[in-house]
Amino acid sequence: MKKIISTPLTSKVISGIKAGEMLFLTGVIFTARDQAHQRLCRLLAKGQKLPVELKGQVIYYCGPAQTPKGKIIGSCGPTTSRRMDEFCPRLHKAGLAATIGKGGRSRQVREAIKKYRGVYFLTYAGCGALISKYVRSVKIVAFPELGPEAVRRLEVKDFPLIAAIDCQGRNIFPEKEK
Amino acid sequence: MRTISAGKITETVRDLCIQANRQLRGDIVSGLKQAYGRETDRRSKNMIQAILENARIAKKEKLSICQDTGLPSVFLELGQDLHIKGDLNQAVNRGVEAGYKKGFFRSSVVADPLRRGRSGYAPAVIHVDLVKGNKLKIVVLPKGFGCENKSQLKMFNPTASWSEISKFIVDAVETAGADACPPYIVGVGIGGTADYACLLSKKALLARIDAKRSKLEEQLLKEINKLKIGAMGMGGKITALGVKIEEYPTHIAGLPVAVSVSCHATRSATAVL
Repeated sequence: MKKIISTPLTSKVISGIKAGEMLFLTGVIFTARDQAHQRLCRLLAKGQKLPVELKGQVIYYCGPAQTPKGKIIGSCGPTTSRRMDEFCPRLHKAGLAATIGKGGRSRQVREAIKKYRGVYFLTYAGCGALISKYVRSVKIVAFPELGPEAVRRLEVKDFPLIAAIDCQGRNIFPEKEK
Repeated sequence: MRTISAGKITETVRDLCIQANRQLRGDIVSGLKQAYGRETDRRSKNMIQAILENARIAKKEKLSICQDTGLPSVFLELGQDLHIKGDLNQAVNRGVEAGYKKGFFRSSVVADPLRRGRSGYAPAVIHVDLVKGNKLKIVVLPKGFGCENKSQLKMFNPTASWSEISKFIVDAVETAGADACPPYIVGVGIGGTADYACLLSKKALLARIDAKRSKLEEQLLKEINKLKIGAMGMGGKITALGVKIEEYPTHIAGLPVAVSVSCHATRSATAVL
């Protein structure tokens, strides 16, 4: 049977997710990639308020293509998660529940996920056209000047996920020291 | 002498950008279908199915195959007996801008690599080869940076053995791991200078993956598939769909080897004017 989770993610839901399982997300996720991560972490370092409340939320590493006429969103697949590794632990500390991306993570990220009881998910990599079908609405909520890298609030339905690192620190990928 | 206008080049580049980003190459689609048949790992098989479904949706609904529509490389084979009326570089970059705008593709190019700033569509990276004749061949390769970031170059000693070289190539793919959208197409450039080996490895991605492989290519493909990275890193038999080596003469003191790792959505489109 299809396992569907919704946002914000509760600790109970997170505890029930096992690395390797396939599930689907219905609810809200926020896109953020390199530049937005750097900005969010700078704000946290200065003790300032973030433009998005992260508690229980999910960040999707994605910079969508432009939205063609008549569509909700353009192609919007995941980008390489590893580039956000240096920022990820800080955001989990600030309450972030989960991230969605592609590829493996560093040991530091896995440890942060275990410490703060989060999850790292994969979604279909290189399948931006397909993924656009799971998006119901899009709204830019921070850093509009970053263009494709702006933070967008996406409402999604049955968004396909594979849990890659769970809250017990189990990882489906071998770890590379970097 | 035959003459073509810069405007004609702009139109052609525009259309090639749209075609390459929306329609997965036929040889890649066939390679994925074969991989689907051969893969026994259930999760990897599902991933290959999603990749094929994605290609179908992109074509049908006029969406880009991937949101990362790349920093396009444009390869020109310019016949020496052809006269171009107008500015060639400008014509190509205008074509890229027009195509990316018309296709609703992503503006992924920052003008200033250090200070970054607002992103746009151009310039492309343009390579021109002068050839015989009076035609212009244009190839657009909009390669995403998820896989471009995994490119590697190593300057071997001329006495290096094939097993050392092969290990370097296979290790480059292992380092890319699940990060760069496997199953991969692997381009290898051997010889020339450091910069030229890199260019050869990129050009190798333009070869059809169903072309007959050399003994070394076959051997590399086998070794790469032993990594068991599988589609999207899910494991299984198919880590690469194809391997192509391009060679060029080199210096007695060296042996440059470059690897271009390319994702399952390796895109290119070609036209001859």
